[in-house]
Amino acid sequence: MGFEMTKEMIAFQKMLKAFVENEVKPFAQETDEEEKFPVEIAKKMGDLGFYKIVLPKEYGGAGGNYQMYSLAVSEVAKACATSSTVLSAHVSLCMAPIYENGTEEQKRKYLPKLATGEWLGAFGLTEPNAGSDAAGQQTFAVLDGDEWVLNGSKIFITNAGYAHVYIIFAMTNKSLGLKGISAFIVEDGTPGFTIGKKELKMGIRGSSTCELIFENCRIPKDNILGQEGKGFVIAMKTLDGGRVGIASQALGIAQGALEETIKYTKERKQFKKTIASFQNTQFRIADLFTRVEAARLLVEDAAIAKETKRKDLSMRAAMAKLYAAETAMEVTTKCVQMFGGYGYTREYPVERMMRDAKITEIYEGTSEVQRMVIAGSVLR
Amino acid sequence: MKIVVCLKQVPDTTEIKIDPVKGTLIREGVPSIINPDDKAGLEAALTMKDKHGAEVIVLSMGPMQAEEALREALAMGADRAILLSDFKFAGADTLATSTALSYALKQLDYDFVITGRQAIDGDTAQVGPELAEFLDLPQITYAAGIDYKGDGVFHVTRKVEDRSYVLKVKAPFVMTVLSDMNKPRYMSVPGIIEAYREKKIDLWTADTIKADPARLGLKGSPTKVKESFAKALKQPGQLYEVDPQEATKIILDKLLEKFVL
Repeated sequence: MGFEMTKEMIAFQKMLKAFVENEVKPFAQETDEEEKFPVEIAKKMGDLGFYKIVLPKEYGGAGGNYQMYSLAVSEVAKACATSSTVLSAHVSLCMAPIYENGTEEQKRKYLPKLATGEWLGAFGLTEPNAGSDAAGQQTFAVLDGDEWVLNGSKIFITNAGYAHVYIIFAMTNKSLGLKGISAFIVEDGTPGFTIGKKELKMGIRGSSTCELIFENCRIPKDNILGQEGKGFVIAMKTLDGGRVGIASQALGIAQGALEETIKYTKERKQFKKTIASFQNTQFRIADLFTRVEAARLLVEDAAIAKETKRKDLSMRAAMAKLYAAETAMEVTTKCVQMFGGYGYTREYPVERMMRDAKITEIYEGTSEVQRMVIAGSVLR
Repeated sequence: MKIVVCLKQVPDTTEIKIDPVKGTLIREGVPSIINPDDKAGLEAALTMKDKHGAEVIVLSMGPMQAEEALREALAMGADRAILLSDFKFAGADTLATSTALSYALKQLDYDFVITGRQAIDGDTAQVGPELAEFLDLPQITYAAGIDYKGDGVFHVTRKVEDRSYVLKVKAPFVMTVLSDMNKPRYMSVPGIIEAYREKKIDLWTADTIKADPARLGLKGSPTKVKESFAKALKQPGQLYEVDPQEATKIILDKLLEKFVL
């Protein structure tokens, strides 16, 4: 399993590092403190083509691959998890399902504008009573002439309020259970569609997380995404891809925290020595670095599985997300410890990284759900 | 409009290793970047392309690994890249370099040529002006801005220590630019993919440019390097806020301490 970087990837990483250092990192703290959606960073990512990476050229994409996408999410997450959430939700949860399930007309209408960032995207599956148990959908859609009429609400929706295109899941036939769920494309500004309560969160505080409300929201009949009744399959496949993004994000958070900590331990002196010269610090750093590298290999493997459309993508993406998320949590917690009192202050970024890391164990499937997916594959 | 930007790949470090025998730079193993002044020149050309439409050609003389710098330029938006690489060019000083570049430029069509003011690994600032001489073209050095209104006349701002001039010039000409004239753009995602998968780099040798071999490389380089050294970090001076009488005493003491007096 050798992942030697191609010259193209080396150049891409060089660009990402320069971009993140100059355009993302300086704004990470205020994005968090002021709970400010990173509008400027989202625009700059769009201008440089971050949203085009995996999209084929015919739809305005760059024709790159998932390894590049994964690297982009990680590098951004190293400095600002919020910004990487915007990127990951937009690409994996909105652009990917349209590209993979949309009609030619839908692809031509939505993908080019999503690719430039002129439009941002979001994904609405979770409801108050349908989290890990997605089958509990209470939002429903009824066909009325040439329009679908949506009623219900969604919660915890990333990019809400800033997105223009929302992928919404709703029951079209309750008696069929999971097979009665369908996916729809709903545009911002559609009458009957409003943004509800904004969540106040522990981490990724600049990311917009809101409720979506549908009250007799009428959308064109053609805005159904994929076949009627295939919504659950679309959601699960979308989340398989999305987990590659979140795994990359978790990896980036862990790498970012560790980089900050390595730098700090080489500068910080106690008992007239740098704390990096104590064996306790050295062993901790060695353990964390090893763990991060193991996570990186799993994340790269999942990105390749997505790129090559491997049949066991679900399991590979779940393993990558599970391991990278738990790594991010462990690494950031221990990094705060190594910073000591300073680590607990908002003067240094590691406390933010620790708060940001926690979400990766929860969204797009909790670590428990990932274990269900993995066990389901292994024990089949 | 056609613009040629000459750029050099330079080591990204202040601690440059030097071949003790030849007195030339050892580039292997040191991370490389596009020379900052040259990168600003590329940005100036790309801005001109954005505003007025232009073909931007990047030209570099160097070892094969300079391809990386040219790919970066392509990924930023340059249209074509030419690498002058041949063992006959090796060991060139500024004269032999500008000779080779001028031969290459004679093979190309262009409205103007941009070079950086100077390279961070040599600090000579000679190649641009020498190039203009060999090509018998007007030159504007230390350019900090270029403006074009579509009438065939370019308005170039030339910045010197305490003032700046706006010069009007008609194509063709050569200008050397300063790194602080702009903020070079990043490579873009589609740019990187195209640069590495679709675009090719034209490899030109001494034969391609029909140059006189005696004027190239070490043979064509009259410069003899007496000594090469990394710049030492200067300590900040000491500041005394005292009256003139005490100041005189401090100065005298220092001069005595250093055995000047």
